[in-house]
Amino acid sequence: MRASARIIAGIVAIVLISAAVAAFAIAWRPAIAAIDPPGPQSFDDALVKRGRDLAAIGNCSDCHTRRGAKNFAGGLPVPTPFGTIFSTNITPEPETGIGRWSEAAFRRAMRSGVNREGQHLYPTFPYDHFTNVSDEDDRALYAFLMTRQPVRAAARDNQLSFPFNQRLAIAGWKLLFLRHDTYQPDPKQSAEWNRGAYLVEGLAHCGACHTPRNALGAERVSAQFAGGDVDDWHAYAINDQSRSPVPWTADALFAYLREGWHPDHGTARGPMAKVVSNLSSVPASDVRAIAAYMAGVSGASTSDRTGPSEAALTRARTASQANAVGASIYTAACASCHEGGRPLPYGGVDLRLSTAISSPDPRNLINIVLSGIEAVEGERSPIMPGFAASMNDEQASALLNYLRARFSDQPAWTGVEKSIQDARRTQTVFLQTSPAPRNAPADPQQREKP
Amino acid sequence: MMTLKVNGREHQVDAETDTPLLYVLRDDLKLNAAKFGCGLGQCGSCTVIVDGKAVLSCVTPMVLLEGKQVTTLEGLGTIAEPAPIQRAFMEEQAAQCGYCIPGMMMRAQALLQRNSKPTDEQIRAELEPHLCRCGTHMRILRAVHRAARLMDTAEASPAANRSAR
Repeated sequence: MRASARIIAGIVAIVLISAAVAAFAIAWRPAIAAIDPPGPQSFDDALVKRGRDLAAIGNCSDCHTRRGAKNFAGGLPVPTPFGTIFSTNITPEPETGIGRWSEAAFRRAMRSGVNREGQHLYPTFPYDHFTNVSDEDDRALYAFLMTRQPVRAAARDNQLSFPFNQRLAIAGWKLLFLRHDTYQPDPKQSAEWNRGAYLVEGLAHCGACHTPRNALGAERVSAQFAGGDVDDWHAYAINDQSRSPVPWTADALFAYLREGWHPDHGTARGPMAKVVSNLSSVPASDVRAIAAYMAGVSGASTSDRTGPSEAALTRARTASQANAVGASIYTAACASCHEGGRPLPYGGVDLRLSTAISSPDPRNLINIVLSGIEAVEGERSPIMPGFAASMNDEQASALLNYLRARFSDQPAWTGVEKSIQDARRTQTVFLQTSPAPRNAPADPQQREKP
Repeated sequence: MMTLKVNGREHQVDAETDTPLLYVLRDDLKLNAAKFGCGLGQCGSCTVIVDGKAVLSCVTPMVLLEGKQVTTLEGLGTIAEPAPIQRAFMEEQAAQCGYCIPGMMMRAQALLQRNSKPTDEQIRAELEPHLCRCGTHMRILRAVHRAARLMDTAEASPAANRSAR
């Protein structure tokens, strides 16, 4: 008995040790030697310029810059279901930034989510997309970042609970969810389509917001582009489940992504405002490619353009009878712009075309009704006053329900008042920590270049 | 008929629930400080204070004002006894054509009531919804700072006692 117990104990010990060794082998990444920060003049100007455009396509500045702080110096809190993660400093400052990172270290971070010291990075940094970025593009991005103004700003500690605060756990996450496939062009499609696919699936990481995530925070491959959550906004479904009353075309997508608004769809706001602001400054051909690819992904919409039909008029009458408070607020607060007939961006979109009103999630509409759209300094851009100060929760709720009943053919939302209370709380945080909503200028030349 | 509380007094007004507050103030109550600029909530010249918060009266229907206190510029001070915010704007000569100024003063007043020492940056952010085509922005900024100082020292003055709530 004693001998067999010892044998069993021995076997258990061996299994445990081998498991530990295997886990270590899977999780362990070596540090990559620190380098002396390369001078800005050691990078080719054309390469830096290309990296600049790529960084705009990747929307890097959005997460890596805190409102009112220095570009790319990090520190922006990113709320996740697991806790708050703070973005890092990606300026070439040697101690607190990536100044001592070699190009190989940068590429490894993009491909595998490991920092120069060998620590696993949280997938809030979307390396599950960046793994598709070509060597050439990583080189350009590296050149761009290493020629920015170095800023001394130490990373803030993430606020995560156990076990999510264990970086080793990320190694397990990667085993399950990180695919190291480089992008394979589809020979049956045009070069433009392929370029779009490469950008959308890779650097532009559209799915990071627009694809729903599973319980472990990974994108659900089976529901690609079916709509997700970001910063207390809903990122709409942009596949064939899109609720946009008018189907998106490649031309409409191009105009929207380039200028921040489209007469058939309304304006980009919330986190998307920053995306279009960045896309307004990159080569038009890249935005065209993204639009061409996404038009194929979104396919035909579930409902066709309604127009001023009998049904819409009936809806308007019943909605007003059912909800007199909402109707009164609408008439005085909304109709002056939204029925004024003035074209976008200064006039309001015809609300029958609003995806926010047809969407299953009321948060985007609540956010915009409460906060409005800030005008962009010195640029032709959409503008809308916020109504947080003039409506209480009950009144705002009456308005939301009225808009839903009158301008969509969808069932009423549930829990609107609760969502309004949440939005009042979270929007304060949103406004303090994010860059002001910026929309694209009519003339991208007006925009300052880094 | 609806009851509307303006500058401490209750008024019975004959207005629809969807009539904008600005129309009632100007047409029915003859309180002409709040201005009709764009009528779309995009210029700020119609701003008044409702329960301590700056509100664009041209896009605020009467239905939202039940039981609330409206304060217009007339409620802050008079020509004989200007309120600190009014004195400050006069002393800094912050008005050129003056059309935007009542709205600017009302939002500045609301800001000063919750933050007695705002920074330059906070004033700029707060007054962002207001347009001034004359370009007196720097004077307006100085006037708001001056008003903050006046309010600090003029607690006992009669005008301050009448300040908006």
